[in-house]
Amino acid sequence: MFNRMKILLAGAAMALVATNVQAAPIKIQWWHAMNGVLGTDVDKLAHDFNASQTKYEIDPVFKGTYPQILTGAIAAFRAHQQPAIIQVFEVGTATMMAAKGAVYPVYQLMKDTGQAFDPKSYLQAVTSYYSDANGNMLSMPFNSSTPVTYINKTLFKKAGLDPSKTPTTWPEVEADAKKLRAAGVACGFTTAWPSWVLVENFNAIHNLPLGTMDNGFGGLGTRLDFNNPLELRMWTDLAKWEKTKIYDYGGRADTAYAKFASGQCGIMMESSASRASVLASKIDFGMGPLPYWPDVKGAPLNSIIGGATLWVLKGVPKEQYKGVAAFFAYLSQPKVQAWWHQNTGYLPITTAAYDLSKSEGYYAKNPGADVAIKQMTRGTPTANSRGLRFGSFVQIRDIIEGNLEQVVAGKKTPKQGLDDAVTQGNALLAQFQSANQ
Amino acid sequence: MIAKRVTFKRTGLPLALLAPQLAVTVVFFLWPTFVALKQSLYSSDAFGLREVFSGLANYRALLLHGNYPATLERSAFFAGSVTAISLVLGLVLAVMADSLGRSGRIWQALLVWPYALAPAVAGVLWAYMFDPAIGPITHALAFIGIDWNHVLNSGQAMTLIVMSAAMKQVAYNFLFYLAALQAIPKSLMEAAALDAAGPVRRLFSLIIPLIAPTTLFLLVVDLTYAFFDTFGLIDSTTYGGPGNSTTIMVYQVYKDGFIDQRFGPAAAQSMMLLLLVGALTMVQFTLVERRIDY
Repeated sequence: MFNRMKILLAGAAMALVATNVQAAPIKIQWWHAMNGVLGTDVDKLAHDFNASQTKYEIDPVFKGTYPQILTGAIAAFRAHQQPAIIQVFEVGTATMMAAKGAVYPVYQLMKDTGQAFDPKSYLQAVTSYYSDANGNMLSMPFNSSTPVTYINKTLFKKAGLDPSKTPTTWPEVEADAKKLRAAGVACGFTTAWPSWVLVENFNAIHNLPLGTMDNGFGGLGTRLDFNNPLELRMWTDLAKWEKTKIYDYGGRADTAYAKFASGQCGIMMESSASRASVLASKIDFGMGPLPYWPDVKGAPLNSIIGGATLWVLKGVPKEQYKGVAAFFAYLSQPKVQAWWHQNTGYLPITTAAYDLSKSEGYYAKNPGADVAIKQMTRGTPTANSRGLRFGSFVQIRDIIEGNLEQVVAGKKTPKQGLDDAVTQGNALLAQFQSANQ
Repeated sequence: MIAKRVTFKRTGLPLALLAPQLAVTVVFFLWPTFVALKQSLYSSDAFGLREVFSGLANYRALLLHGNYPATLERSAFFAGSVTAISLVLGLVLAVMADSLGRSGRIWQALLVWPYALAPAVAGVLWAYMFDPAIGPITHALAFIGIDWNHVLNSGQAMTLIVMSAAMKQVAYNFLFYLAALQAIPKSLMEAAALDAAGPVRRLFSLIIPLIAPTTLFLLVVDLTYAFFDTFGLIDSTTYGGPGNSTTIMVYQVYKDGFIDQRFGPAAAQSMMLLLLVGALTMVQFTLVERRIDY
């Protein structure tokens, strides 16, 4: 009798242990904005991580566009239903940073969970955009890109230009575009993401500030001041060039891409992540860095990035955070990073992944694929080229582009347009400051 | 004279019968309006961690903002144009389909189609057709000497969004007008014809006054649609540009509230929009209704 009891007890204990071993993995929600092929790549990352261990399960959920994710996450946070990880675009950085009670800074998370983490292994040019004033990483870089120059080699040959040479300075762009026009090409050059290319990166590579207090890194009191003589000269030229279609304004976001893909423009400035689409368009193309003004001392400096990072939200069950830290460590592994970089065209986030891609011969096989990373890493980043930290920046971009449109259409003088962009943007910054202080 | 009145003996039953409708109204209309009103009086960060009562500061900032009068004017122009175009076209098409008799059925079915299209989908299609670089219509226009470039030409941008917004509403108006036309007794029309009133005379002296109740209804619906339901369309065609030339009130609310998470200012703007459309509807009912015989 006693023995039987013992056996029963032992059995029960065994069963308990067994259920413990087989305990379902802790689920961690990750909201992202990657659809299509990129969505499949995201699913593969999560799947491979889940297969690499048994304790945690990353559950990627496609939640629409970047603004939709942010709005959705905020609504979820207010209802205490937030996911652990959300993908936020770079211009949402100030909003996330200001929400101190809502976000769990990555460097803090790594420290609290005891996850091995070496901030120095990451590419400075990428992480600096998402670090605080003391250099602590606040979010995990995920998909980063930077604008570069694309040329249509067929049109270059038609205009008697050397197709192996992309224009690297603004005078060269002007000269090449004039020749393209003379050869009957509908437009010389165009730019996608006008504010990102012609204002944000333009100032960074010329070592000029976009706003005060280190482009907003220094605090909420920052105000825009990019109505400088060099930007004025650029806008004046753009307005002049538009008249003869040396330059042709192609619309907000990346709508200008169609002008290049349809063979109307010979030169385009566009995100480095668009390389895959340009490849698919069957255009014989070349890639080079963004143009700069050669008479500006110290130019060109590193360009700044766009794209998105992964932010961790506070208030989810505690046991999930260890899993989040493990997942971030997994993402940073050279092999995983190199795969993501080569497969999607986004920048690698660690030096090791860059070196691995080099040693695998990726750049030799894919000419142009390293233009972005070389442009990102040239020179030493200054306060002007580290990144931007402005509230309401999605709308400030709209304001900048709206004013540029009026200047290019001849409705405002370049000076008026630039000054208006700064004044209107500053009104939003003042509101952001008072709402977040 | 004896007034005929049916009354309930107790108040319980009528209240119970009314309850579902009242509940829907409160939960889906009154409560959100109240929340928006409250939000418009606060200043808060995106995550709602710090909400500070700020009185009328959001309204003051809005009214003192240099762009607001222009936005109002633009919204009025947009809503007026969309409503006028869709009412007139809807009526013309309905009269034509009605005169066809039985074969009009096919047109009837075809003309309703645009209404089934989601605004964002319609916007993407219009944006493609008129794309300055690759749009087929842009190419066709170039043939007759029109340089179509709505990313820089504000007049063309406004034309584009008015056309695409009206397109959808024409289908809706057509449907209601057709029903109204078919409700007019044939004998009335025949009598007028016998009195030697031609088709045009019949339209203006007989048909239009008879379908006036439908017109009033459509006027309210069309204006509400143009003021409230068109941000998806604008977001997928012009992004409110060039400059601010197609940023109407509701698109500004969408940008401030949903893209920028500035809920206070966005709520203040939507209250203004609510007041404006509410006032317009009141004016329509009191002024216009007086001149209509049902």
